[in-house]
Amino acid sequence: MWQAFRNQVRDQGIEVVTVGMDTAGAEACRPFIEAALPEHPSLIDEHHQLAQLFGVINIPNSIWIDEQGMIVRPAEAAPAPPSVTVEQRASNLGDMGDIPQRMLEIFGEASKIEVNAPAYEAALRDWLANGADSQFALSADQVIDRSGPRSADAAIGHAHFEMATYLEKAGAHDAAIGHFRQAHELVPENFAYRRQAWSLESAVDGPLARFWQGPAEGSEGEWPYAGDWLSDVREMGAENYYPSFTP
Amino acid sequence: MITDSLTVDRATFEQRTGWTLKPEGACKGDHCIPLNPAPEGDRLDVGVLAEQMGLPVVHDADHRVWAIGPESIGARSLASAEAPNLTLPDLDGKMFELHSLRGRKVLIVAWSPY
Repeated sequence: MWQAFRNQVRDQGIEVVTVGMDTAGAEACRPFIEAALPEHPSLIDEHHQLAQLFGVINIPNSIWIDEQGMIVRPAEAAPAPPSVTVEQRASNLGDMGDIPQRMLEIFGEASKIEVNAPAYEAALRDWLANGADSQFALSADQVIDRSGPRSADAAIGHAHFEMATYLEKAGAHDAAIGHFRQAHELVPENFAYRRQAWSLESAVDGPLARFWQGPAEGSEGEWPYAGDWLSDVREMGAENYYPSFTP
Repeated sequence: MITDSLTVDRATFEQRTGWTLKPEGACKGDHCIPLNPAPEGDRLDVGVLAEQMGLPVVHDADHRVWAIGPESIGARSLASAEAPNLTLPDLDGKMFELHSLRGRKVLIVAWSPY
């Protein structure tokens, strides 16, 4: 999705770096990356280092960095320029016959998620044209201030998340769950931490497994987490899924 | 960062935490945490360092591993606007360093396949 944008702007002194955040690793990211054919660096982040190092709490998110290596916009929602519709997402899942009710409800909520792609892209192009003079390039103090909260408890929660991803990769799935739960409780603002854990449960089989993100029907008692995608998004309100773009 | 030993090498610590160890202390950009005593050599006692820097440590005794969490300075996610040298593998396992793009603007985009 970002490859086309990169081709348009590559002569303006910018490089795009995409980072697939998934504990399931390179093989889980591979089909998407091979379909996108990126010519820019395309990296794999199994432990969500972007959360600890840059404050990324949801996806898609972006960080803008200037020529001197200074962050000029901290992590924020980053709608892709040619926006992918819910229908395309559904068709990307392949031919599944009848789409289960839960997935229809997830697509319904996802369609209510608000992103201001034109405003974001205009800001990005303004920065490319005007650099430090762009109104969208923030000062160091603004960057730190806008980088999002991190309490002492949240810092502990980040350590639990990394412990969870380590244990998951070591094959200790049951042990990982306890640390994922701690991370969810201590870093409630990090929705990627929730989605990551939910996506590793196999409530259903097949191509929907990682998108189901909740208990199988009739097996609610076996679901190991306090929330699930549909319940949590309904509780927060899909329109609040991303903070609106702030110039 | 994750470690199976409380003795870790300096380069790994710096890369995974984003903190650089300098004579004036542990630094991110121009924000430094004084370290007393200052760590010496390439092998660091990460337990001592974490306590000096206020980094949380989570221990899983069953699996004999420690997770060192990030700082929470000023209750914000970033202690400095200077970008750390994010170092991650690509699809083929080849490591990429963010600092290799110095001199160009960089747009990092985080996504996930789930």
